[in-house]
Amino acid sequence: MALSEELARIGPNATTRPFWEACLRRELRIQRCGSCGRFRHPPLPGCPHCGSAESEWPLVSGRGRIHSFTIVHHPALPFLAEAVPYNVVVVSLDDAPGARMISNLLDAEPGELRIDLPVEVWWDEAGPDVVLPCFRRAR
Amino acid sequence: MRDQTCIVGTGTTAYGRRGDFYERGQVDQIREALDLALAESGLDRRDVDGFASYSVDANDPSLLAPALGIPNVNFSNLVFGGGGGGTCGAIANAAAAVIAGLAKVVMVYKVITQPPHMRFGAAYGSAQVAADPMSDFHRPYGLVSPVQFFALLFQRHMHRYGTTTRALAEVAVQTRAHARRNPKARRQEPMTIEDHQSSRFIAEPFRLFDCCQENDGGAVVLVTSAERARDLKAKPIYVMGGAQGGDSLWGQGLTSQNQPEDLYTSAGHRHLAKRLYEMAGVGPSDVDVALFYDHFSGMVLLQLEDYGFCKPGESGAFVENGGISWQGGRLPVNTHGGNLSEVYLLGMTHVVEACRQLRGESTSQVDGAEIALVTAGPSNLPTSSLLLRR
Repeated sequence: MALSEELARIGPNATTRPFWEACLRRELRIQRCGSCGRFRHPPLPGCPHCGSAESEWPLVSGRGRIHSFTIVHHPALPFLAEAVPYNVVVVSLDDAPGARMISNLLDAEPGELRIDLPVEVWWDEAGPDVVLPCFRRAR
Repeated sequence: MRDQTCIVGTGTTAYGRRGDFYERGQVDQIREALDLALAESGLDRRDVDGFASYSVDANDPSLLAPALGIPNVNFSNLVFGGGGGGTCGAIANAAAAVIAGLAKVVMVYKVITQPPHMRFGAAYGSAQVAADPMSDFHRPYGLVSPVQFFALLFQRHMHRYGTTTRALAEVAVQTRAHARRNPKARRQEPMTIEDHQSSRFIAEPFRLFDCCQENDGGAVVLVTSAERARDLKAKPIYVMGGAQGGDSLWGQGLTSQNQPEDLYTSAGHRHLAKRLYEMAGVGPSDVDVALFYDHFSGMVLLQLEDYGFCKPGESGAFVENGGISWQGGRLPVNTHGGNLSEVYLLGMTHVVEACRQLRGESTSQVDGAEIALVTAGPSNLPTSSLLLRR
């Protein structure tokens, strides 16, 4: 369940649409340079490493580890007052080296969240046209 | 660039609470700060012929020149980016314009007034909550405020190097001690390590006392040629170098959290530091006082590392051993009280305090200070920094 309906909207463009369309199919696809093979996320029209505009969208497992996290106590926006405290995690993906995703860990008990915790993607139907990749502890 | 231009006047308005000066408007505050800077320098308003600012400043020359009584506009320029990343870049642009002969006297300005309906700390506040292709990758998860982005970087630093929140407390407490010696600082209450450690969490590991203030106020800094500066009233402060930009792979690293691991636990200033020291022909051991942009206490620690005052991972020990104290510290830092405890004017007061230190006029004067380092806010690219000397 998304933190807030107000925030769980997306406005893709040509660069980011392949990611979000894959999410609607419950597929995690991460952009990879078609020339040097390096992953990147969020999507960009060119490769930051080699400059190539070629890219592909391989399916990845959705498994990864917590790279960093914060627990938000102060609601920066009024409609987050009901949601605090909530976590925000940065996930390093096992089979997309170099790519990190910002997300929420949905099943973390207080005090359990830690760096290097193994996690896996968990799909959150945030709205009729929005499926957000979130994470849960790896099973 | 080295030593060809000088800061010849600085002015800061009265400081108010968040929203106090909203009704009064920004241009009027810029006028107040400009008049103070002109008085300090001995220049006349008709001498000013250039404008430089940063952080999506809406006060463009079409508004300012008529309202300030400035007859000729020969240069105007805005550094990309929001937040306080462009402060030193704006000074460097002013210096570059003077050196290139585009303008004779450039005013660098910034004012903050906060409207009642929106707080500065909510970067993706009510007006900007709409979906867009870049914020789609963090906004839906409630990552919407600068303190949260920086908390992620610092959490990883703690994990990688064993840095503790005690080090954050040292920054907050030392900065407050400096503020309490500065009568103009907004925060005058004493602060102990325990006060810091018992303040409420905003976004872990950052607590309330790790965060800068939200307030109103403005500042103006005047830049002209070194030759002109010699005949003016104020003791000239020479611009040794001004670097703007950063490492490409840092890019949007703050909001995307995707910078390479080695950069992830930095403030994103290493590339700037290298360039700045090269431009100025000095190194960290030559710096007498540092004014580090302190939107959040933890970023002072990471900048100590980026600018070479200690090795990566050693900033916690550096501050816990009293390294940033005005009295006896290896590198006195934020002697005015910083964004944390003096006032938050997007870094302008860091430039102003550097000038005071180099003129021997600080309320926490570092004996014999000759060279000051000023940094602008770690953020997405570009950010900036400056070396000044007396």
